[in-house]
Amino acid sequence: MSGYLASLEAESIEIIRESIALSEKPVMLYSIGKDSTVMLHLARKAFWPATPPFPILHIDTTWKFREMIQFREHVAAETGIKLIVHTNQKGVADGVTPFTYDSERYTTIMKTEALKQALDMGGYDIILGGARRDEEKSRAKERIFSFRSAGHRWDPKLQRPELWNLYNARIHPGETIRVFPLSNWTEPDVWQYIEQENIPVVPLYFAAPRPVVKRSGQWIMVDDERFPLNPGEVPEMRMVRFRTLGCYPLSAATESTANTIADIVHETRVARTSERQGRLIDFDQTASMEKKKQEGYF
Amino acid sequence: MRDTLRFITCGSVDDGKSTLIGRLLVESRQVFDDHLVALERDSSRYGTQGDMIDLALLVDGLQAEREQSITIDVAYRFFSTPARRFIVADTPGHEQYTRNMATGASTCELAVLVVNALNGLQTQTHRHARIVALLGIRHLVLAVNKMDLVSYSEEAFSEIVREFQPLLRELSFDSFQAIPLSALYGENITEQSSSMPWYNGPTFLGHLETIDTTRRDAHLPFRMAVQWVNRPNQDFRGYCGRIATGEVKVGDRVRIVPGGTETSVRSIVVWQQERPSATAGESITLCLDDEVDISRGTVIASASEPIEQSDQFEAKLLCLSEELLVPGRTYLLNMHACQVGASITAIKYLIDVKLGSHLAAKSLGLNDIAVVNIYTDRPVPFETYERSRGLGSFILVDRLSNQTVGAGMIDFSLRRAANIHWQALDIDKNARAKQKFQRPMCLWLTGLSGSGKSTIANLLEKRLFVEGRHTYVLDGDNVRHGLNKDLGFTEADRVENIRRVTEVAKLLVDAGLVVIVSFISPYRAERERARLSFAPGEFIEVFVDAPLEECERRDSKGLYAKARSGILQNFTGIDSEYEAPESPEIHLNTVTTSPEKCIDRILQAMARNTQVTDTYTL
Repeated sequence: MSGYLASLEAESIEIIRESIALSEKPVMLYSIGKDSTVMLHLARKAFWPATPPFPILHIDTTWKFREMIQFREHVAAETGIKLIVHTNQKGVADGVTPFTYDSERYTTIMKTEALKQALDMGGYDIILGGARRDEEKSRAKERIFSFRSAGHRWDPKLQRPELWNLYNARIHPGETIRVFPLSNWTEPDVWQYIEQENIPVVPLYFAAPRPVVKRSGQWIMVDDERFPLNPGEVPEMRMVRFRTLGCYPLSAATESTANTIADIVHETRVARTSERQGRLIDFDQTASMEKKKQEGYF
Repeated sequence: MRDTLRFITCGSVDDGKSTLIGRLLVESRQVFDDHLVALERDSSRYGTQGDMIDLALLVDGLQAEREQSITIDVAYRFFSTPARRFIVADTPGHEQYTRNMATGASTCELAVLVVNALNGLQTQTHRHARIVALLGIRHLVLAVNKMDLVSYSEEAFSEIVREFQPLLRELSFDSFQAIPLSALYGENITEQSSSMPWYNGPTFLGHLETIDTTRRDAHLPFRMAVQWVNRPNQDFRGYCGRIATGEVKVGDRVRIVPGGTETSVRSIVVWQQERPSATAGESITLCLDDEVDISRGTVIASASEPIEQSDQFEAKLLCLSEELLVPGRTYLLNMHACQVGASITAIKYLIDVKLGSHLAAKSLGLNDIAVVNIYTDRPVPFETYERSRGLGSFILVDRLSNQTVGAGMIDFSLRRAANIHWQALDIDKNARAKQKFQRPMCLWLTGLSGSGKSTIANLLEKRLFVEGRHTYVLDGDNVRHGLNKDLGFTEADRVENIRRVTEVAKLLVDAGLVVIVSFISPYRAERERARLSFAPGEFIEVFVDAPLEECERRDSKGLYAKARSGILQNFTGIDSEYEAPESPEIHLNTVTTSPEKCIDRILQAMARNTQVTDTYTL
């Protein structure tokens, strides 16, 4: 492995081990995407030959791509790690979908609220997440051990000083710590690591002909029959792939022919747009990620 | 293969640090098109550069930062060129955010100190130069920015560099480079500026791409702190950690500290395979030949050059807390994978950050840097910070608020803990207690002046005496006439006052007595510390509670009147805080409860504690 990937890996393993050693009841957020996939791989390395001593938690909005769910089940079976899936049932009962609610309210109810429900039910004190600092400006400001007050709120002005590799995980009841082992990774790092370690990822990252329609200038995949097509609208097959995966109606595809990891690595190196550009939820408010994080989003 | 340089940008506010990083990101083509679109939109809304794009907005990510056009917290940015990868910690310039700046500096190898050519060196320039040197950064770049505002004058640049020389000599970095530049216009960033033909040194990015920051230290022996013991089944016991220094090979002799046991490395395990050797920076799992007692915080070290341990250190300490750091108060100390109780035993001196001179101090305030003596409640394996950042750094955490209140760097050990042994005597506390037919304990009465502590202490001792118990009362006023007559009423002195009384009470309990401590003892932290000095069940906290108005009405010593008139300063309840106990064993309301009833309740609690852990015959 190249020098800097090896040192990124060693740093992440150190962080994962530290967080588990300092936790009474840890959990790892698992979104099925490439970052979660790498984080889980690092956790398996950190504790090998043991299975990672914590469960993984997936917040299922019921609007994920079908291939993501298949992949999730495959990973749980393969690794032997305990998988917890949580859905905000009240949201489902209230008919909250990406088509009936705007993206901001949909995300709040089906992702942020769902996450908080699952964390409160589980009583977890340390929550590992796959966020990276290079993703977004407010994330660039985040500590590796990120303190959350009761109610899972992040206060960017009250972050604990975090010097060297000494992490303060002391909390009062009700408070939690989010830990981000991939803080210092960039998008190309993640792909190069996946390539070098030969880690399986959801096939949606590779280009393939897929049924899409154009909405607000973005290609959206019609993943199942719940997608409400406009009158006369017919999905067309295009060679597309996804740089980032979320709820299928809110994740835009990019036209691409990259169908190997090497192609993807090349594509991310020369990319002129950020990966979250395909995330429709980041653009619904000014400083929207910061606001979502304050409310308890990942 | 490309390596990674971690650097920090620091300097005073308005020197253009964020703009400089924004410029680097743009020049190295790290800014995505959609981010540039957002930047143009944000520039017209929050920008400070008129119609021009405000590059600082690329890094100032928080809403509050954009609104105030300042940097509040450290932002980590990533970029790479064909020569190198970079991780930049962009840190705040305001003095009040110095702790965020230190957070950024602690993991960097190089510092870029930005100076505004128009304003020259500021107090913050000195302060940041000292902090980065203190944190062990050995390479410094003085980026003299905003050269466009001084007509690209060589003289202005040389004057600043000249002025910086004395500080530079004092701090002695391994490398130093001063570069005149304009982040706003991109001059001397990636290409030599035609506006400054008189400068023939490296460009800013050119210097960052080529500077060699590898340490040329003498060989450091193998050390790894154990983070986690991996025991998936009976056949496997591995010790997980990241190698701090040196190299380890299968078959190497190692010594386990604390403990001192020696054994050999049986295998070095990584993911799905074993390795013949591993070096500093790698995260591994070690299996050893013999079963030894190893837990988190133990250090596995080379047997021929084992690691030292100590419980007393001299260290440099940066205060990160808005609450004062006071000698005598106990904190949690985190050092590599160890967590121990610790206190500052002495503040040797405070460092004046502008001049570097030494100042006397009794306590440390936010952002103060001092040389202190630290005592830990058990010995910890360590290296000096100079030799190893990983094994020579620590943080102090407040037990009650859980905040990180200090960051320390070990200079040296004050003594070798191995030489000190507690004299184990045959006649111990248990023997003395049995002789007196009682369980020794400490009854700690806390409350405002006039709440009724002394009344209750006296009555209680009389009742116990009649029952044939062996007792002693430590009273605040009396102790201040003798043992503590050198102490006043500042926060630092109050902490020391309670520390001494705690120690005396501990000795008396060890002597087999029932000790009644009657002290205002206004701070929760000191009462917690006192509690921790005793065995479980041996300490009973009694909150003698009366409202301030009632205490003031009683005013048996006339002290409230004096405090109100200003004759008496730092009086608890008036101009000095009283932190009421959160969960005392006994809470007595002396307005609604008679003294006799109060005594009954204390005696009941004592009886309960005696039964639970009874080894004494009463």
